[in-house]
Amino acid sequence: MTENGFGAAVRRKEDHRFITGLGQFVDDINRPHQLYAQIIRSPIAHGKINKVDVDAAIAMSGVVAVFTGADMAADGVGGIPCGWGITSKDGSPMVEPGHPPLAAECVRYVGDQVAVVLAETRAIARDAAELVDVDYAELPSVANLESASADGAPLVWDDAKGNICFDWEIGDKSATDAAFAGADQVVTIDIVNNRLIANAIEPRAAIGDYDAGKDEYTLYTTSQNPHVIRMLMGAFVLSIPEHKLRVIAPDVGGGFGSKICHYAEEAIVTWASRKVNRPVKWTADRSESFISDAHGRDHVSHAELAMSKDGDFLGLRVSTRANLGAYLSTFGPAVPTILYATLLAGSYKTPAIHAEVKAMFTHTVPVDSYRGAGRPEASYLLERLVDKAAKQTGIDPIELRRRNFIQPEDFPYQTPVALEYDTGDYDAAVVKAIELADYANFDQRREESAARGKLRGVGISTYIEACGIAPSNVAGALGARAGLYEVGTVRVNPTGSVTVLTGSHSHGQGHETTFAQLVVEALGVDFDNVDIVHGDTGKVPFGMGTYGSRSAAVGGVALMNALEKIRTKAKKIAAHLLEASEDDIEFKDGQLSVAGTDRSVAFGDVAMAAYVPHNYPLETLEPGLEETAFYDPKNFTFPAGCHICEVEVDPDTGVVQVVRFTAGDDFGRIINPMIVDGQVHGGVTQGIGQALYEQCVYDDSGQLLTGSMMDYCLPKADNVPNFAVTTNVTPCTHNVLGVKGCGEAGAIGSPSAVINAVLNALSDYNVDDLQMPATSERVWQAMQGNG
Amino acid sequence: MSINVSFTLNGEAVSAHVASRTLLVEMIRERFGRTGTHVGCDTSQCGACVIHVDGRSVKSCTMLAAQADGTEIVTIEGVAKNGQLHPMQEAFREHHGLQCGFCTPGMIMSALDLVKQNPDPSEKEIREWLEGNLCRCTGYHNIVRAIKAGADSMRVG
Repeated sequence: MTENGFGAAVRRKEDHRFITGLGQFVDDINRPHQLYAQIIRSPIAHGKINKVDVDAAIAMSGVVAVFTGADMAADGVGGIPCGWGITSKDGSPMVEPGHPPLAAECVRYVGDQVAVVLAETRAIARDAAELVDVDYAELPSVANLESASADGAPLVWDDAKGNICFDWEIGDKSATDAAFAGADQVVTIDIVNNRLIANAIEPRAAIGDYDAGKDEYTLYTTSQNPHVIRMLMGAFVLSIPEHKLRVIAPDVGGGFGSKICHYAEEAIVTWASRKVNRPVKWTADRSESFISDAHGRDHVSHAELAMSKDGDFLGLRVSTRANLGAYLSTFGPAVPTILYATLLAGSYKTPAIHAEVKAMFTHTVPVDSYRGAGRPEASYLLERLVDKAAKQTGIDPIELRRRNFIQPEDFPYQTPVALEYDTGDYDAAVVKAIELADYANFDQRREESAARGKLRGVGISTYIEACGIAPSNVAGALGARAGLYEVGTVRVNPTGSVTVLTGSHSHGQGHETTFAQLVVEALGVDFDNVDIVHGDTGKVPFGMGTYGSRSAAVGGVALMNALEKIRTKAKKIAAHLLEASEDDIEFKDGQLSVAGTDRSVAFGDVAMAAYVPHNYPLETLEPGLEETAFYDPKNFTFPAGCHICEVEVDPDTGVVQVVRFTAGDDFGRIINPMIVDGQVHGGVTQGIGQALYEQCVYDDSGQLLTGSMMDYCLPKADNVPNFAVTTNVTPCTHNVLGVKGCGEAGAIGSPSAVINAVLNALSDYNVDDLQMPATSERVWQAMQGNG
Repeated sequence: MSINVSFTLNGEAVSAHVASRTLLVEMIRERFGRTGTHVGCDTSQCGACVIHVDGRSVKSCTMLAAQADGTEIVTIEGVAKNGQLHPMQEAFREHHGLQCGFCTPGMIMSALDLVKQNPDPSEKEIREWLEGNLCRCTGYHNIVRAIKAGADSMRVG
């Protein structure tokens, strides 16, 4: 291993600016003469806008303008587009309603944007917003899947009958029915996958900055994918040609999927900046984030598993209703379909699977990706169901899983739900995890807990996930309206330092370090002489950004391919300088040598020769040393693993504490183990949050009851233990790095392990089922027989 | 109504006229351009805005600028001295105690007050102290390790 190269736990380049307070997040940026925007949002879940009276607000000193939906409509502003189309099983396209950035006629959730005030200070903008008088005719609403599904339920959209956006299916229904007909036993489960709010600690923010001299726009925004925002907002909403629109996502304080989407506020500040010819800045406060950031999860499912008498899985049948909220968010429709139901095979050789998904509109915040996006929902359903099957059959839960695992010799393995897994060794992860978890001595720990009056339980999950959605043409056939490749440019500067431009975006993942490690490994340059540039469409070629654990598996590979082009060209230059054949040049540790001789030239000298081409093969080779690669993967990657959780339950209060958590994961080859461990810690904590603490609650009238951090319970430091993590490596077979992705696995594998552990702790209490979050009240009620 | 507020900011005497309702964090970020102190919530939960006022950790989103008149304020920008990282900053880097970096300034400022009050905190004491600081990236594991290591080197140093 090269020091600071592939596989080294290199300390991060980006840390210095963050630990000294010199990071630059969007709200840290101020533009000369900027105005502050305050959005007026609907206080009701559903209503017709009769009148928006802005006179009092405009009259206030310091207010520059107030705009409404009518103003945007008059300017021909388009609707916010959806990036993924789903076709229902009857062949009809999903219902795709218009989504104006400012609602002009009707509001459809608490938080829907109605008007915007622009003022000289933030405080004046807030005061003036209070003076905007919107007259609504309130209409009946549906706040959840149950009320949206009821006979005669109020409609969110008139053309979405029964509030159904689409009714989709995957898998072979008749083969699955046949499997159930031949089964010895069937296990069923009803699952609620609780609605969550991502709550990146940095609230969203956006600054629109129009340059009248050049007729150019710049948008600074808290985004995971600035090029996607440029394309969606430029082409569909504001009709700004891409060469006139620059989108910058500087330091971004966490995303977890919620900063993938193109949001109305981005379009509002960009459009308004031209209207008033001044920069316009908007920063959400946290209350605003709760009612405007895309929410996550929110599925209700019924599932059935058909088994032989020996516990072999024969068939799986799943029926899911998914809440999409009031409008289609950027990738909302993909989450409960392509990213969910395709993962229902899990790690198992279930031969027949059929799933149907009804996606529904409700009068709530639009729902989109949240860490794992569909895959946590699939994994949770399956791993809860398998545990229930273990209990019902009396087979040990680990043994039952092992009996049904896809085996290493089965790869590549075609599942009944579209995916082809390339590689894996699921049992190896289990072996590592149970050893690290000291699973064999659990009974002893249970007795120790009992002596302290606590009920101890252990739970396991063996998850699989799919990262780096690809290839683009297959994704397109499945409904994607964008490509899913990534781009990397390697710019070797004349003195031998290297600037990398990547379409991936780092908002905590540490690309500035891991991508530099790839450069060190390939070119032998000093780690400190490598800079990674991301997040600016004015600098970086068109890339797709960071989500779905794709950065290393797609962006990293694009970078590797560009590095390979640099190596090839450097060898040609070196061959000229050394008067040798190109085939005889070896490139190692930053030196290009003629094989079998002591003749060599340093990479830095090759770079200089490329830019000062006095002694250079100009007849056959262009000067310069800069290469770009676009990489479109052949397949998804398939991380998998085994999570083991131990909890203690206080029988008097129902309080659950996670006391041990072990993750044994297979992420393929690992660029930086320190960063990978950190991703697992964070992902698992979000999974523990879903399992025990977090729940987005609307009341029946569509008011968000969990609208602040006082009401929505995020995991705190004393809610989680230290984590034990280990990895088993089966390299991805179809990318040159052998990497799979690690960003979401923690949140995918952990919720079922936690709930399985809680149920195990309650095994003396005849508690069959427990929905997330397993709050103390819910657990205590279940123990009283009120589950 | 506008008022004059003066205090010492990272060792430098500063003064400004601000609207009387101005929050301390707004004054620090917007009047004095020290943007390392962040705002992550509006209910005093997240702790991204923690600074030191007269040597104690304070959530600067929950204090009026007026209340800071005459005090001595240290923000994250004032922790490193002469280009030398403070051992606690170094520990966060060494132990990967940050990912996106947004909560980090508040975490470090909070940790420094903990160590001042308890030079050798246990893991449990660190976790309980962090009740007022939220991190969504790290799962706290490496933050706890970093604070322990930072406290250790501060005792030695």
